[in-house]
Amino acid sequence: MKRLASALLFFALLIALWELAVRTGRWSVVLLPSPIFVGEYIWGAMLDGTLEEATWVTLKRLLVGYAAGVLIGLPLGLLTSTSQIFEDTLGSLALGFQTLPSVCWVPLALVWFGQTEGAMLFVVIMGTVWSVIIATDHGARNIPPIYARAARTMGSEGFHKWTRVILPASLPFLVSGMKQGWAFAWRSLMAAEIYVTILTGFGLGHLLHYGRELNAMDQVIGIMIVIVAIGLLVDRLLFSPWERFLHRRWGTNVRGT
Amino acid sequence: METLDTTAMTGRPAKLIIDGVSKRFISSRAVVQALDNVSLTIADGEFVCLVGPSGCGKSTLLDIIAGLTKPDSGHVLADGKTVEGPGRERLVMFQESALFPWLDAFGNVMFGLKLRPDLTNAQRKEIAHHFLSLVGLSKFEHAQVHELSGGMKQRVALARALAPDPQVLLMDEPFGALDAMTRDQLYDDIQQIWMESRKTIVFVTHNVREAVCLGDRVVLMSPSPGRIQQIFDIPLPRPRDINSPELAGYSSKIAATLKGTLTEAFSE
Repeated sequence: MKRLASALLFFALLIALWELAVRTGRWSVVLLPSPIFVGEYIWGAMLDGTLEEATWVTLKRLLVGYAAGVLIGLPLGLLTSTSQIFEDTLGSLALGFQTLPSVCWVPLALVWFGQTEGAMLFVVIMGTVWSVIIATDHGARNIPPIYARAARTMGSEGFHKWTRVILPASLPFLVSGMKQGWAFAWRSLMAAEIYVTILTGFGLGHLLHYGRELNAMDQVIGIMIVIVAIGLLVDRLLFSPWERFLHRRWGTNVRGT
Repeated sequence: METLDTTAMTGRPAKLIIDGVSKRFISSRAVVQALDNVSLTIADGEFVCLVGPSGCGKSTLLDIIAGLTKPDSGHVLADGKTVEGPGRERLVMFQESALFPWLDAFGNVMFGLKLRPDLTNAQRKEIAHHFLSLVGLSKFEHAQVHELSGGMKQRVALARALAPDPQVLLMDEPFGALDAMTRDQLYDDIQQIWMESRKTIVFVTHNVREAVCLGDRVVLMSPSPGRIQQIFDIPLPRPRDINSPELAGYSSKIAATLKGTLTEAFSE
């Protein structure tokens, strides 16, 4: 309760400072709209349904792309962690592509897929998969070798060793890999939505883009706030419980209890 | 007690025969001769301690007996059969806690038991309960690994190693990270368990007193190259108290020999 109160106080203070800055009149209200206008925009967009629709379109793309990225990336990461050949080939490829900002995939996606949902998915998957591979690989490599040795002496080999020892032992790393993958997926999708206009659905990125076109700064800032809020919410709802559970089991630094 | 005189090999059959084992580790900087032509016979039911300074190859030798490492030359026979790989008749209890944090204490003890197809699930549970109570942790069966103290963790590790009923128990400095009081308690426990179960135990340590307290024989090893320097019989009655003066007599003798080797090694 105390933590919630301090967080609320902090954000209230931030908004108050913002309002104060607007009231000094040093900046044009077109460039820096008052938080009240931004709030009004968000409220209005919620009432007429545009915000919900855009959020739904965006989240749908995100979930599908992210799920595909994780499903492709996890096994590949486990593969590169165990085999020298895959590490040297696929591992280096993943490392290279991970350094490529995901927005760089957009031109290619447009040429290959045109202005379609396929282009969106392609960008999200390309943004996700490499970082998932690298995080998984890193995780599986960091399993204390003593677990595998102990398992071997007790007669655990092959499939049993993978499912009963390697996989549970790497769970904490897998979760941080998935979390990183999520962050990358979110960034890629926003990049794709800002640059690619497609008619099958307007996402949050599009709203942001049109806000700029129309010089509607209340819309731009409002959508940015929504994007941040969704990111925070997903972290709190999807990843935090997992992490807390793992920290409790492993007895590692117990965050947020 | 008939176990008073436990000098080497008094008519008991050999459980482990280590025959001319050598092992080198090659790194980019140097070649380390971890073991050089080491031979040792360990009798059934014997408690043997391998002691020596770091780098004498005692842990490598334990790994080779366990089947976790292959020797470059020579071989280890367990019950007359060459050791080709790890097997549950020779279980290892490791230096640091090798307990699995995703399982509770009971789950850890069950891990090895589940790999024994000859048992029913009810039997496995009964055995796990039995060994956890043997090490005095009945009340902590469902504790998570990190909730246990260092001494309790090693007790669970001991129960986990004993539960599948191995012929040979290999212990790699299992009490190294514990405080002195916890260790003293565990010396009593391990001697008690050994006297009742009559397992063959090979115990690696760098602590001479610990070796004298536990072993029927203390095998002193010397480093670079790793060799057996001298073998000491410890004919003291059991259970032994690590703080007894008789024990101190033996350990000071061994420590003096060890010191001699080290001085020699450094003056070269």
